[in-house]
Amino acid sequence: MSPLLQVKNVTKKYGGLTANNAISFDVAENEILSVIGPNGAGKSTLFKMIASFTPTTSGEVIYQGERISNLKPHIVARKGVVRTFQETTIFKSMTVRESVVVAQHLRAKASLAGYFWGSKTAKEDVTAFEKYADELLEFLGMSEISNEQASNLPQGSLRALGIAIGLATDPKVLLLDEPFAGMNHDETMNMVNLVRSVRDERGVTVMLVEHDMPAVMNISDRIVVLNFGEKIAEGTPSEIQNNEKVIEAYLGSVDDEIGM
Amino acid sequence: MLGFTSKQLIGVGIFLFMIFIGVPLIIGATGRWDFYFTLTSVALLAIASAGVWLTFYIGRINIGQGAFALIGAYVSAILVVKAGWSFWISLPAAGLFAAIVAILIGLPILRLRGVYFAMITLVLTQVVTLTALALPITNGAKGISNIPLPSGISLFGIPILPDFAGMENTKLAFYYTACVIMILTYAALYRLVNSRLGHLCRSMQQNEELASSIGVNISYIRIVIFAISSFFGGLGGAMFGSIAQSVYPSSFQVADSVNFMLNCFLGGLGYVFGPMLGTLVLYFGWDLLFEFGKYQMLIYSTVLILIIRFLPNGLLSIRIGKGGDK
Repeated sequence: MSPLLQVKNVTKKYGGLTANNAISFDVAENEILSVIGPNGAGKSTLFKMIASFTPTTSGEVIYQGERISNLKPHIVARKGVVRTFQETTIFKSMTVRESVVVAQHLRAKASLAGYFWGSKTAKEDVTAFEKYADELLEFLGMSEISNEQASNLPQGSLRALGIAIGLATDPKVLLLDEPFAGMNHDETMNMVNLVRSVRDERGVTVMLVEHDMPAVMNISDRIVVLNFGEKIAEGTPSEIQNNEKVIEAYLGSVDDEIGM
Repeated sequence: MLGFTSKQLIGVGIFLFMIFIGVPLIIGATGRWDFYFTLTSVALLAIASAGVWLTFYIGRINIGQGAFALIGAYVSAILVVKAGWSFWISLPAAGLFAAIVAILIGLPILRLRGVYFAMITLVLTQVVTLTALALPITNGAKGISNIPLPSGISLFGIPILPDFAGMENTKLAFYYTACVIMILTYAALYRLVNSRLGHLCRSMQQNEELASSIGVNISYIRIVIFAISSFFGGLGGAMFGSIAQSVYPSSFQVADSVNFMLNCFLGGLGYVFGPMLGTLVLYFGWDLLFEFGKYQMLIYSTVLILIIRFLPNGLLSIRIGKGGDK
């Protein structure tokens, strides 16, 4: 089976700084793949390039046989590759339900003019959006806060809202940016289960960038490790845990440790 | 009906009654015929302000509506005087022309955000004024004067609109025309804001990155909104020129552009009908204070400062309760 998404020799340079250097890996359909690495390893940059929020300097990202790098973000989203953001990136003055309704933009059948005049298709669309929003919020366990203003939500719910907005677009691949950051153990475990059910029940392939190692080891089918913009390892959680290079990247080599 | 609550329908009913029957009665009783001109101006400026409000709705500060009003006024004047078109056809043509210019200018400048976009739009009014001074077709500093009053229109021999030149009371006719166009503008604006396009605008206003991540073509929507906004500007300007029966490069200046923006702030950026109320208070209030002579500016600015201090979300934010129209 050919991979769903391929990252091929992707390089990103900001002036003299190389944020990502010739990174390649494949993402299979229906897997949960984590990208990890110390701060400044180039994880977020890589995500931005996959979702076409920033162009690659060289190399390309292939999705279902099509190049999706260096396009506009909305076009990539339309193809089914959708990213979420960290918690501050939300529609602040919308309620949870309104956000999820707006995010179903891509599912609209009626034209913008149709909505203006209130055509039959437009009305059907609106009903369908609201129905799906309620369904999705129930699936994510967010029904109780569906009428809350987004700006009033606690951090954990904001992450869930970010995922809800992403899921509302009906993605094939969902890119999650640090979904567990700043959460306590229980919240993290809830989120791990949630992300897993997104894959298991909705058939969405998930890629995530994360620092929380226990969560990453728990949730991932495979892990890609970056350090200083280079890919230093790729494999299953147990392979990664025993990888010399990875241990060195995270803990420093013995020499560094004693300052010699 | 049409998804409106009965409270909203009553409000709209009272509003329509006031402007079409109440105002003429009050003016007749008080004998202040000059109010017709003031209120007509308010209606027309409110149309242009509606456009500015719409660009605020996608998170852009627009201080360039005077440019599009001036373009509209010139296009209509040239079509009527030089090409002999009926005013009623030149009116939408002026709006469309302003919209086309907005698309061409908007393509590069709408990429800018915040104060950068505001600064570019601030220059636009001056650019159009200078262009009008330089082009032969706009007649330079002399402008275009003696624009004939709108002529009548009849379809299949049935008169639809009367000939303004044959009327005794053109003030009243212009007042009604301006009010009808204003109502159509705000009805369209209300629909737009409450339809999917409006929701997408809100999503862009709140977070453009997130909006594009859910598949919204933000550059396309920005252009569409800016074009509609400028269409309103052109419409208001064209109508203004027709009432004044003349257009000069100074008909709309940078100060007017700033006023269009102030109207929106004053009424409230969160309310569709904010700019309408803002225009009324700002323009009519200024006129009412005329009697205070040299203290006019002092009182006026004090009131404005107080409003900004105590009602930062605009005049409409004092309404109690959450019901009614947004």
